[in-house]
Amino acid sequence: MTEILLPARLQDVEAVRSVRTPASIQYSYTPGQASSRYLKGIAQRKIIGARVEPGAKVYVPPRGADPQLGKPTTEQVEVGDRGTLVSFCVVNVSFHGGTQEIPYTTGNILLDGSDQPIMHLIQECPVDQVRIGMRLEAVWVDDADLGPTMESIRWFRPLDEPDLDVHIPGEDRPLWLDSEEFNQ
Amino acid sequence: MGHERVAIVGLGQTKHAPTRGDVSMAGLVREAASRALADAQMTWQDIDAVVVGKAPDFFEGVMMPELFLADALGAVGKPLFRVHTAGSVGGSTAIVASQLVAAGIHERVLTVAFEKQSESNAMWALSMPIPFQPPLHAGAGGYFAPHIRSYMRRSKAPDHIGILVALKDRLNALKNPYAHLHNHETTFDSIKDSIMLWDPIRFDETCPSSDGAFAIVFGSEKVGDEAAAQGRAPAWIHGTSMRSEPTMSADRDTVLPLGGALCAKDVYRQAGITDPRRQVDCAEIYVPFSWFEPMWMENLLFAEPGDGWRMTEDGATALDGDLPVNMSGGVLSTNPIGASGMIRFGEAAMQVRGQAGEHQVDGARLAVGHAYGGGSQFFAMWVVGSEKP
Repeated sequence: MTEILLPARLQDVEAVRSVRTPASIQYSYTPGQASSRYLKGIAQRKIIGARVEPGAKVYVPPRGADPQLGKPTTEQVEVGDRGTLVSFCVVNVSFHGGTQEIPYTTGNILLDGSDQPIMHLIQECPVDQVRIGMRLEAVWVDDADLGPTMESIRWFRPLDEPDLDVHIPGEDRPLWLDSEEFNQ
Repeated sequence: MGHERVAIVGLGQTKHAPTRGDVSMAGLVREAASRALADAQMTWQDIDAVVVGKAPDFFEGVMMPELFLADALGAVGKPLFRVHTAGSVGGSTAIVASQLVAAGIHERVLTVAFEKQSESNAMWALSMPIPFQPPLHAGAGGYFAPHIRSYMRRSKAPDHIGILVALKDRLNALKNPYAHLHNHETTFDSIKDSIMLWDPIRFDETCPSSDGAFAIVFGSEKVGDEAAAQGRAPAWIHGTSMRSEPTMSADRDTVLPLGGALCAKDVYRQAGITDPRRQVDCAEIYVPFSWFEPMWMENLLFAEPGDGWRMTEDGATALDGDLPVNMSGGVLSTNPIGASGMIRFGEAAMQVRGQAGEHQVDGARLAVGHAYGGGSQFFAMWVVGSEKP
């Protein structure tokens, strides 16, 4: 093989090991019927979930179907903009694209009337005072800034209410113990 | 069940590192595959089909990389499969490859799983802004930290359990020359004092970002018998199982998922295991954050619900315990995401073949490999043994 010799002026230059090539893509997003109804509600300060029928689980945000029943969630149900914290994470690491000052808290929040927690930011509360069971309320943006986006809710903040007992499915008894397939 | 016995006759992996700048993606997979072929005493020509797995393509930004890797894997003109199941993909890929032999379609199948995290930004990829949702998560840690907090609450496990897991796995990694992290100075206190990244997950309780690949050569019973006759004992597959479940489901238990338990139950049934804690000699399970060891001990039916952390605390999961877990150092010491599941499966096979070197469990005859992925929604497991099933 022919030996490759660098010109003298390049011999002390650090070798290039990688190059960063930022890429971007522009696209249109069609949220579908269930998400569209939900997002239009958000633009009016309403949180609209959905369920298959009365008594079935209420999904927020709705995705059009109940994954357990395998049926479309055709019935709209407005839920509260208040809820209970079921678990949380205090984030001490910043990441590409993130805009929050660290530390900050993200919470899994079960809105009143919903059966599925949503993740959102928790503010107006020191991170060491955040706890499972605490009551929270949504802080909405000003009317002029409302739009069909979850950013219409700036964050959640503590309510001056006693903590609630929360129950996570499986917490007392793993679900598999009562599952038909497991017991075959 | 009406299927052929499957032997694991070749295993190979790369040296895992934060940046394998000396090799391309093709060079990385070829390194692992070449070692697996050498271990099997085969050449590229002996292989009937190739199965490739890796985590989502947008991690490196190379779409369908299996196509351009076909050359490096000797797959030109042969059946080439690609498997996608998020973080569990390394396990699922091994299972899919083994099934090509179990079904009698092929006699010798090569499988490879890899990730080149130095050419990607997984943290970004896992935190992509999704239209109309608040950009809040901070990588996988931000998603899984609340699950861990829920586990700590329900099990009442003491805070130091996560530290004990991380310490064990990092010390085990010192015995594994292929592991990414070889942190000789790690102590209980150094882990305890490391920064709380995603409270309750400390920096030293998280997995690293690695470049790496793992490869396995599967053979039919005839191929396995020939290897055994030549003094190269194969590992035999005693059971394989995959399960999944919807993440956005109201009654989902995110801590101990139903799908994980059903996967374990199914694979144990195939392997004739009725008492996993007693019958399984060792396990390589997918623990990207330390607390997942006790959680998975319960989910994989090694411990009663709520008691998994006691296994860690009692030293049962240590290299000299009654059920050693992650002898290789685990995902906590090496995490080329797409390969991480196959490393678990492959390390389990290395144990029952007696080729794990310094991290060998004496007399291991039956071992479990496990992987999970997505939002704890994809599960893959196998049981391998030194004897034929």
